[in-house]
Amino acid sequence: MIEFKLNISKGSFNLDVESSIPSQGVTALFGPSGCGKTTFLRALCGLDKAEGSYVKIDNEIWQDKTQFIPVHKRSLGFVFQEGNLFPHLSIRKNLEYGFKRIQSEKKNIDFKETVNLLGLSKHLEKMPNELSGGEKQRVAIARALLTSPKLLVLDEPLTGLDQKSKSEILPFLSNLIKTLKIPVLYVSHDTSEIAQFADHVILLGNGKIEASGKVEDIFLKSSSLNSEPNAETVIETTLKEHDEKYLLSTLTFPGGNFYVSKVNFEPGQKVRLRILAKSVSLTLNKPEDTSILNIISGEITEITEINGARMNIKISAGDISILSHITKKSAEALNLEIGKKVFAQIKSVELLT
Amino acid sequence: MLSENDIMALITTLKLALTTTVLLLIFATPVAWWLARTKSKFKIFIEALTSLPLILPPTVLGFYLLIILGKNGPLANLAFSFTGLVIGSIIYSLPFVVQPLKNSFESISDYNLEASATLGASPLETFFSLVIPMAKPGFITAAVLGMAHTIGEFGVVLMIGGNIPGETQVLSIAIYDHVESGEYSQAHILSGGLLILSFILLSLVFALNKKRKVMP
Repeated sequence: MIEFKLNISKGSFNLDVESSIPSQGVTALFGPSGCGKTTFLRALCGLDKAEGSYVKIDNEIWQDKTQFIPVHKRSLGFVFQEGNLFPHLSIRKNLEYGFKRIQSEKKNIDFKETVNLLGLSKHLEKMPNELSGGEKQRVAIARALLTSPKLLVLDEPLTGLDQKSKSEILPFLSNLIKTLKIPVLYVSHDTSEIAQFADHVILLGNGKIEASGKVEDIFLKSSSLNSEPNAETVIETTLKEHDEKYLLSTLTFPGGNFYVSKVNFEPGQKVRLRILAKSVSLTLNKPEDTSILNIISGEITEITEINGARMNIKISAGDISILSHITKKSAEALNLEIGKKVFAQIKSVELLT
Repeated sequence: MLSENDIMALITTLKLALTTTVLLLIFATPVAWWLARTKSKFKIFIEALTSLPLILPPTVLGFYLLIILGKNGPLANLAFSFTGLVIGSIIYSLPFVVQPLKNSFESISDYNLEASATLGASPLETFFSLVIPMAKPGFITAAVLGMAHTIGEFGVVLMIGGNIPGETQVLSIAIYDHVESGEYSQAHILSGGLLILSFILLSLVFALNKKRKVMP
């Protein structure tokens, strides 16, 4: 676990945060541009010296009132925006730059394995300017990992990449994040990246932590994440079985089942789903004659008005909640109120895994 | 063709140029690095100070050096010696070494340095394994300019070097002597030699730096 308390002022901007990062999984640092994500990162990693701050990772203090461990002595892997490879060194030399500085007893990551994991074996002898943006970013990730860090920091690794470059890196990234045993701090301002990768979210706004917690909860709670028009629910499900006749897969969670086009996973595997609030409609009776497959029953726990025309309804089902955006006219016609049982018809479900 | 005196002057010149260049690279590198990275308000003064030899008449520089290195100066009795000449040349050629180094240090981004730190390299390791290789064109330019400029210096040498064959008599002074004594053919040989040497040195700088650009 990484505990931190950061306090730093830059001009009129003031960052004042205190929280922790779990030692397992991906923690997303999320917020709009200018909310202090970069300041946060730089202070946490020691790239900027923030007096009066406190950072502790496992049992090792990186910074407190009396000491400040310089960056080069901190066991962290930092992937900068734009990759930031050394232009005069070959890819192999770039990768070895940090790898060779780690004492052998501290090395817990294999060079070859990492190179293969990120698909770099055929690029080793090239120079950085011969690689595409996505490939460069993969080298930067491998280079950071090869220092056997206790924390991997990815600072908006996909920002600035075009769609083609993103598609060159996404499969590697999600594969990597699943196999890593160290905590990952993933900085992003893109909700779809967060919904896909993050387990925990720290929501930053204007130098303060607005909310933090499990990704499913944060997507429900945070007004900046679930504002119109892209409000969404993220649900973690388990693959139950495949239906070979109709080529469907059943995904289960404590509140019911989802049916999606057959996926390439083994039963028992975790699959993350995203449901846009505007694709969820509500009925009072279980619809029988509908083409919509995914119908979840639940109870209304919250009703808020978005604007004069639209309402935000939160339905709890099992241990999760689903957001539905419907018109105020419909809400009144159905006489919706807290505690009422409803059926959520979900028109489209997006797989994130 | 070349008199014994001329050959001694040539050797003295090359020895002076080499010694000055090596010492300058050692001294100027930290100064240039500091100038390239500092946010100190003293930066402009230090920068002006290191650039002074660019615009000061060599005789002014030579005059003050003579005071400092002369009999009653703080560094007494170094005037009219090879060591004194080296000190004078270092000051005289300083801007030609500091400027190219500073420019190439400035072109290295902070992000590269920070990446190096996150990869476990101490500031000193970063300097040797990252900064020096990345600033190689700057070092080549600085070395060649510093050397060429030292070979060509005249005024400062005249003021503090005197004209002792084998000790402080350099080519530019030898040429001056030849012209004064009407030995034009000797002056021709030495002048032509210097001209060609300078041309070759500069061509070398441009060739090396061009190669670097193609393969960064």
